[in-house]
Amino acid sequence: MVMAASETKFHVLAVDDTLIDRKLIEKLLKTSSYQVTAVDSGTKALEFLGLNNNDHHDVEVNLIITDYCMPGMTGYDLLRKIKESSSFKDIPVVTMSSDNIPSRINRCLEDGAEEFFLKPVQLSDVNKLRPHLMKRRTQTNVNKRKSMDEIVSPDRARARYNELEVK
Amino acid sequence: MELVQIQRRLVDYTKSLFMEGFLDAQFLQLQQLQDDSNPDFVFEVVSLFFEDSEKLLNELTIALDQPNVDFKKIDSHVHQLKGSSSSIGAQRVKNACIAFRNYCDVQNIEGCLTCLQQVKQECYLVKNKFETLFRLEQQIMASGGSVPTIELGF
Repeated sequence: MVMAASETKFHVLAVDDTLIDRKLIEKLLKTSSYQVTAVDSGTKALEFLGLNNNDHHDVEVNLIITDYCMPGMTGYDLLRKIKESSSFKDIPVVTMSSDNIPSRINRCLEDGAEEFFLKPVQLSDVNKLRPHLMKRRTQTNVNKRKSMDEIVSPDRARARYNELEVK
Repeated sequence: MELVQIQRRLVDYTKSLFMEGFLDAQFLQLQQLQDDSNPDFVFEVVSLFFEDSEKLLNELTIALDQPNVDFKKIDSHVHQLKGSSSSIGAQRVKNACIAFRNYCDVQNIEGCLTCLQQVKQECYLVKNKFETLFRLEQQIMASGGSVPTIELGF
């Protein structure tokens, strides 16, 4: 199956241990025309990506959105593992939490998360994903045209959550 | 009863649920996400919540009945209940969970027991409200009508 790059839907991997929230995030993402795979743990997310084995993996994931509080591997642990992986460190990661804890939020953003959403996640939050995906796609296309050894990431302005809304 | 009257009743009933704090804007978000490809989305998510909450409330009852109360476990369950109630817009349940967690933080058993009762009560109340809501929607659809959407003007 051959598709032009601009027509391919972005594929988002959603990670959340709660069934209700998985259903919700899946619906939010599908409504925004993303292809979605939802898993219930960080371990399963890594398996899906193929990080736990050295086999060649065909799956292409354009963004990972993960809950923070999960048993076993937290969303933060998952974020670190992704960013430490040579194959996947450039996949944008977004973290979410129902708890409004500034130190937690800042830590995730400082350690590589593109955004931090407070739950319940809204359509307006999901709309914020597209720029991160488009930028990545543009980068990838540029890199395919030139041959580069390294992907040079542009400076990213990170939103600092110094003043948080109380919901 | 005529279709228009049932639709009117549904609108008024839903508005009252917002006024009384049973539901918040998140519920509207759920309704907005429901579409033809997933016409039972709200019903499914709300049903999931009640299955989930029943289990959690049972676990909490058992956990608070132990000789040595495991507050970490209790906090974890309440956190989950708070999260899922918040996800469906069940505001009063969510607020009751927040209060519960505060007592859990200071390891106040009496406070926790009171809060548990509170949360149970709020779940029971909002469950009845949802049942009425869904029943009205079904009546409308059975009469061939469409379910009116609510705009929050306040």
